[in-house]
Amino acid sequence: MEILIPDQIVNVINLSLYYGKTKALKEITLDVSKSKITSFIGPSGCGKSTLIRCINRMNDLIEDVKIEGEIKIDGCDIYAPDVDVTELRKRVGMVFQKPNPFPKSIFENVIYGPRVLGVKNKSVLKDLCEKALKRAALWDDVKERLHVNALDLSGGQQQRLCIARAIAMEPEIVLLDEPCSALDPIATSKIEDMLVELKKHYTVIIVTHNMQQAARISDYTGFFMLGKLMEFNVTTEIFTNPREKATEDYITGRFG
Amino acid sequence: MTREAYHRAIKNLQDEVLTMGDMVAIAIKESVESLRLRDMEASEKVIKNDAHINKKRFDIEEKCIFLIATQQPMAVDLRTLASILSMVTDLERMGDHAEGIAKINLMMCEGPPVKPLIDIPKMSEIALSMLTRCLKAFVDRDVEAARAICHVDDDVDALHDRIYKELLMMMIANPKIIPEATYLTWVSHNLERIADRVTNIAERVVYMVTGKMEEMNVSRY
Repeated sequence: MEILIPDQIVNVINLSLYYGKTKALKEITLDVSKSKITSFIGPSGCGKSTLIRCINRMNDLIEDVKIEGEIKIDGCDIYAPDVDVTELRKRVGMVFQKPNPFPKSIFENVIYGPRVLGVKNKSVLKDLCEKALKRAALWDDVKERLHVNALDLSGGQQQRLCIARAIAMEPEIVLLDEPCSALDPIATSKIEDMLVELKKHYTVIIVTHNMQQAARISDYTGFFMLGKLMEFNVTTEIFTNPREKATEDYITGRFG
Repeated sequence: MTREAYHRAIKNLQDEVLTMGDMVAIAIKESVESLRLRDMEASEKVIKNDAHINKKRFDIEEKCIFLIATQQPMAVDLRTLASILSMVTDLERMGDHAEGIAKINLMMCEGPPVKPLIDIPKMSEIALSMLTRCLKAFVDRDVEAARAICHVDDDVDALHDRIYKELLMMMIANPKIIPEATYLTWVSHNLERIADRVTNIAERVVYMVTGKMEEMNVSRY
């Protein structure tokens, strides 16, 4: 059953992806709502990370990948030949499973993207850094030590720094691939609170193995299995009254 | 707890709800029977046994809360546990109504009641049959059976109406019987409430199966 997603920013239309001859995504169609959190859940190997990586064309970096179908952002096909992939990745930021700060200062990490893009004015960079760190709920932790090495931060702080680094680019969409899987519950809850705040400014798409996390923070949830989107609905429906038996079996732990 | 043990624990909770349902059914049956026979000892037993019903409710609640806290149930499991929490509250209150009937028997004067007890046992019989059918619908996950129970509640309401009017007429004709006749209206009211609470349980069965909250019975009382 299809649901009507309001204020759509991303449209995935009949998307299939092949790694060589293996079809990893099978005719996926879903819409992502602007300024909401959409989560993708499903057992390992179900294609959820593959899909999220399609949204900023990270899979372009993998050899022998073939994509069919379309992904539109604001109505424009991101796989059209004239699309500037660097520009796309500016609009669609990404944060990965393990915090991966550069071995540089906190400040240098956050302003890395804008600096590469040519922003030189120090006061602009400082403002960008402060804004990004505040939105990533890290400013109060690090404002006195912006010039210490980012690797000195705790795991949770490093992950929030990576989120700050992503949003310093002023993206429209932030993709997060299991951002809390390497973090303890306190760091996880800080990131979750921050994501809920973040959606006021950005559209958030998150892949998570933690179903309670999807239930806690996301507005929409997609359940994937064996490369197929089994069910996509508002989160409360998915977790209290899923329509598909496969979803129910997965979230109640009857398989997977 | 393994997933298998968790699902077994939910199944065991369902069995415990049935056990509690049986305890409540016995309490209702014995309370009305003790009133009919004016058997004080039997009424005292009903009153004493209500503590076991209350304890059973707490046991089941604790087990539900433990599973919610430790297993983060979702979907049908979550709905089942939420429904069980609500059902045991209704069952416990039904036990209280049975206890109330037993206490009325102790409060009434010795000797036969002011009128022969015909409709009151009939109400009790219907309410008990509703409870049995409801618990079966719970086990069978049978939405239609659960919905059908709510219609039967109208029969209990009608009997309550009849008893109330009849006693009222008797009280007008003979004010001396007002205290005793009032007790009987309380009995009837307790039975009417018991039937209403069965419909609450039926609503939970529908929710558990479909995920939809439905008001299926708008009681006149």
